[in-house]
Amino acid sequence: MAGSVTHRTIEAVWRIESARLIGGLTRIVRDVGLAEDLAQDALVVALERWPESGVPDNPGAWLMATAKYLAIDALRRNRRLERKHEQLAREIGIQLAMDASDLESELDDQVGDDVLSLMFMCCHPVLSTDARTALTLRLLGGLTTTDIARAFLVPEPTVAQRIVRAKRALAAAAAPFEVPHGEELQARLVSVLEVVYLVFNEGYTATAGEDWMRPALCEEALRLGRILAALAPREPEVHGLVALMELQAARTAARVDSSGEPVLLLEQDRTRWDQSQVRRGLAALERVEQLTGSDAAGGREQGLGPYALQAAIAACHARARTGAETEWRQVAALYGALARLVPSSVVELNRAVALAMAFGPTVGLELVDALTSDPSLERYHLLPSVRGDLLERLGRSAEARAEFERAASLTQNKRERDVLLRRAAACATGPPT
Amino acid sequence: MRFMMFIYPGVKEEADWTPSAEAVAAMSKYNEELTKAGVLLSLDGLHPTSEGARISYEGGKQRITDGPFAETKEVIGGYWMIQARSKEEAIEWASRCPAGGDVVLEVRRVFEMSDFPPELQAAGKLSELPPEQTVA
Repeated sequence: MAGSVTHRTIEAVWRIESARLIGGLTRIVRDVGLAEDLAQDALVVALERWPESGVPDNPGAWLMATAKYLAIDALRRNRRLERKHEQLAREIGIQLAMDASDLESELDDQVGDDVLSLMFMCCHPVLSTDARTALTLRLLGGLTTTDIARAFLVPEPTVAQRIVRAKRALAAAAAPFEVPHGEELQARLVSVLEVVYLVFNEGYTATAGEDWMRPALCEEALRLGRILAALAPREPEVHGLVALMELQAARTAARVDSSGEPVLLLEQDRTRWDQSQVRRGLAALERVEQLTGSDAAGGREQGLGPYALQAAIAACHARARTGAETEWRQVAALYGALARLVPSSVVELNRAVALAMAFGPTVGLELVDALTSDPSLERYHLLPSVRGDLLERLGRSAEARAEFERAASLTQNKRERDVLLRRAAACATGPPT
Repeated sequence: MRFMMFIYPGVKEEADWTPSAEAVAAMSKYNEELTKAGVLLSLDGLHPTSEGARISYEGGKQRITDGPFAETKEVIGGYWMIQARSKEEAIEWASRCPAGGDVVLEVRRVFEMSDFPPELQAAGKLSELPPEQTVA
């Protein structure tokens, strides 16, 4: 074994163990910054020793024991012991004594709680969204500052600064290391899910960042989602988010054409959708329905949260073999439920499209017309694009052309602009007979 | 990326196929660990070869042989599909499997459609989607 322990092997062990290690250490030292430093110090020792000795049988326990030893050693050598440090040393000492008899069998529940507590801490409300994301990827994903900087196309020192400041803010706020309960749990969970979905979307839709990082971010978000689902299995929205991410990720191969240009949902080659991901997504959605007693496909949306509703919409698309076979009435009803939960003009616009598909362009146009006075959609190119499409279907060519032209002037995407201008030109040739 | 982990139990006789309660408990704990780490995508265990058959080809002629097969060492007992960030990580997970004796584990990277050149992707295109209602 010894000869085969490479830097990459140790890196793999680190990425498996780091969240549990940092979580366990934070529980003991009550400071996530100090915990990460200790964990990193232990990693340095592993990098020195494992190539010679081989990876120990229980690398997680080895790293934990080493980190604790280093902590105590550092404190002993520190001549100017402050009271806070004495307290720390005492706590670590007690913990070490307890663990010495039972090193191998750290309670599984405790490990799960540590990871979950670490997630809640990284997504603490005192931190900005950027800081939450960076800290989560660093401490739970085991990503380096370099990786995070590449993924989000920000300079490395900026990410490093964000992480340092975030740790300081957590210490200043004396953020407790725990899994919140009751109503606080719901509020804090929203923040955790938001960060996971943000990481996913950064990989899925972002225009920034290096291409090879994108699938990695999607996979990392899915992994974080599955961890949450395993550790908080009674929370419907956790499964809702997993379902949404799986169902969206299933479309990855069909979302760009051979020249790398985006392909709209209804124009995608559905045979390229990953059916194993679709199945995992539908299974996660089924968990939500079991937990909430709802039936997204059967018109009982009560109890479904925003992620579950979006997943249910994605599931309608995933179940349809072609765009035409989509259950548009159901899609419209789900957008309606989503709009009631999270009022948004963009959601309303999507509902209008679904209504038009289900009941004809007149019904859709009625809702779209109501949205044209919304200032938040003033510069949103999809509003005139959708309106133009509906007008064209109603034979109102001149109005449709004006809308397509307006949409073309608002979009940032060249390919989209070309398509819109072509459609505008087609309208000019006169109304369809 | 995805990896498939195969387990070859290496039992001498098919009668030994059923594991002990301790072995099952250890394996469940391992599976739970994979789940809590967010890496497990699916897994299944397989019945012994007496419940299966082999379809082979000799000189272009198809032959179907019912199990059990003599060379039990090469018989797969089950698989895990995991998501890992590197081959090393997949190997690390496989090496944590509670196995011993003559057990062999094999780790293989799963082909994704994007791993194929465009012409093969086109050849692999499905004419029709597989049936949808397959969720257990």
